[in-house]
Amino acid sequence: MNTAALPMTAAAAVPKAEFDWRPIALLGGVLLAAWPLIGSSSTWVTLSVAGLAMGLIIFIIASGLTLIFGLMDVLNFGHGVFIALGAFVATSVMGGMADWTASDSLLRNMGAVFAAMLVAMAAAGALGLAFERVIVRPVYGLHLKQILITMGGMIVGEELIKVIWGPLQIPLPLPTALRGSFLLGDASIEKYRLLAVAIGLLVFVLLLFALNRTKVGLLIRAGVQDREMVESLGYRIRQLFVGVFVAGSALAGLGGVMWGLYQQSVVPQIGAQVNILIFIVIIIGGLGSTLGCFVGALLVGLMANYTGYLAPKVALFSNIGLMVAILLWRPQGLYPVTNR
Amino acid sequence: MSAFVLEMQGVHTHIGAYHILHGVNLQVPAGQVTMLLGRNGAGKTTTLRTVMGLWPTSQGAVQFKGRQIGGQGGQMTTPDIAQLGIAYVPEAMGIFTDLTVQENMVLAARSARRAAELDTARLEWVFGLFPALKKFWLYPAGKLSGGQKQMLAVARAIVEPRELLLIDEPSKGLAPSIINNLIDAFRQLKSQNTTILLVEQNFQMAKALGDRVAVMDNGRVVHAGSMAQLAADESLQHRLLGLSLGAHQ
Repeated sequence: MNTAALPMTAAAAVPKAEFDWRPIALLGGVLLAAWPLIGSSSTWVTLSVAGLAMGLIIFIIASGLTLIFGLMDVLNFGHGVFIALGAFVATSVMGGMADWTASDSLLRNMGAVFAAMLVAMAAAGALGLAFERVIVRPVYGLHLKQILITMGGMIVGEELIKVIWGPLQIPLPLPTALRGSFLLGDASIEKYRLLAVAIGLLVFVLLLFALNRTKVGLLIRAGVQDREMVESLGYRIRQLFVGVFVAGSALAGLGGVMWGLYQQSVVPQIGAQVNILIFIVIIIGGLGSTLGCFVGALLVGLMANYTGYLAPKVALFSNIGLMVAILLWRPQGLYPVTNR
Repeated sequence: MSAFVLEMQGVHTHIGAYHILHGVNLQVPAGQVTMLLGRNGAGKTTTLRTVMGLWPTSQGAVQFKGRQIGGQGGQMTTPDIAQLGIAYVPEAMGIFTDLTVQENMVLAARSARRAAELDTARLEWVFGLFPALKKFWLYPAGKLSGGQKQMLAVARAIVEPRELLLIDEPSKGLAPSIINNLIDAFRQLKSQNTTILLVEQNFQMAKALGDRVAVMDNGRVVHAGSMAQLAADESLQHRLLGLSLGAHQ
């Protein structure tokens, strides 16, 4: 095969397709608008970093679900069970590495956290594989049954978690070096939130790379739009479905670890508690859109923190209010996936 | 081996509770263009989708180069059928509108993992047929005009050599100049010994391209023969299609 480069200059004669910056501008707008309302710059920085960290953890959890929904058209209301499993696995792994988490060495602390993340992702991925085979596969294309059976799957999963780890809340303390905060000027920045921001951004970049720079990513993006055509081109989309489901479950497991560390405790209902939040995020983002999910998660995280500070009573409705406002502006979400 | 690339023998297709194909018998000779004609709802699109395995054959058999690809006991999946060397251009074109023209083409080329691995010589030939695709190479396919999307849909099907092309109404809604481009492209493909089964409502295009013709009605093939014979026989045209080819030229 001839492998010479393609005529990349050909498109120079054509105006570049415009990237839609408005949702990102909205994110910037929310950040800037909160500044004068909060009044204190240091408080604004603290709340903004906290909001971004929370948003990025939500993004990690929701990114898997948006891919699963976008590509497979599966309303997986059982996504929360993978979050819960990840969080509980983390309690076991980090409990077993107590000497590492109690150490003053940042390296050993991070080793324990990353070990917990890897094991949680593997466990959630394996559960995802079984979940897809046993629960989801018989109901492809049947939305009502998907809702019922995946919710049922989550309830069963929660009960199994209670059997293994017990029904009570289990503490998941941060390792020594990640506790507390440091001052940036007058602003207090929690160390763990910086880690959450770093991991969230890494997941986002890796996802964008995988989706935009690899053939598997191309297939996923194409499959989100038109599964039948992808099959007609000769690709077995069922295998892709399973791969995406497992990857999405593993991401939920990772998110479960991060959410558990964020809350510093886990309960069997942790998945159900986060489930509503992540559905709000993927609806805001435009079902199936990774970038939309990213922007939506950051908006939710920022709004939760700003309203929690400015008007605690309003904070209870901030996520729903945000979703309503965005759907009034863009009924298909921030970055709608076309052809669906 | 059979002289026919594609053979359908007594093929029945059900879509849910609806019985759409009622025993289709169709033979598509190698290296020729076979036109599939018939009024709306005759079963032409269902025939192509049945060949691709998008609707399963409920009775009868579909064979590609003597190998069963559809029918009881031998129904292959759509990806497996495509991998045998069959390309399908649906009526709705199936363009991935959120992807660029380049990305659409990379997806269609199963041997290429990225754009740099596309066969440049073949790509230049495709660009020669459809220059707009070169111009809009890095442009989102959703921004293309209807005619350009149709060009992309056909280009995707030919970005790598395929033995059989199934094309559903490529000229629908297109300007005459673009239809001429498509006719030229199909002629070049035919000269490369590519077999084409083409559903078409545009009789001028059908006459210009077709070697063979099969006319469908009520889910059956009611006439099969040479295009030249149908084009020359106005009474046959009138009986089969309810009009004269000559009247549409």
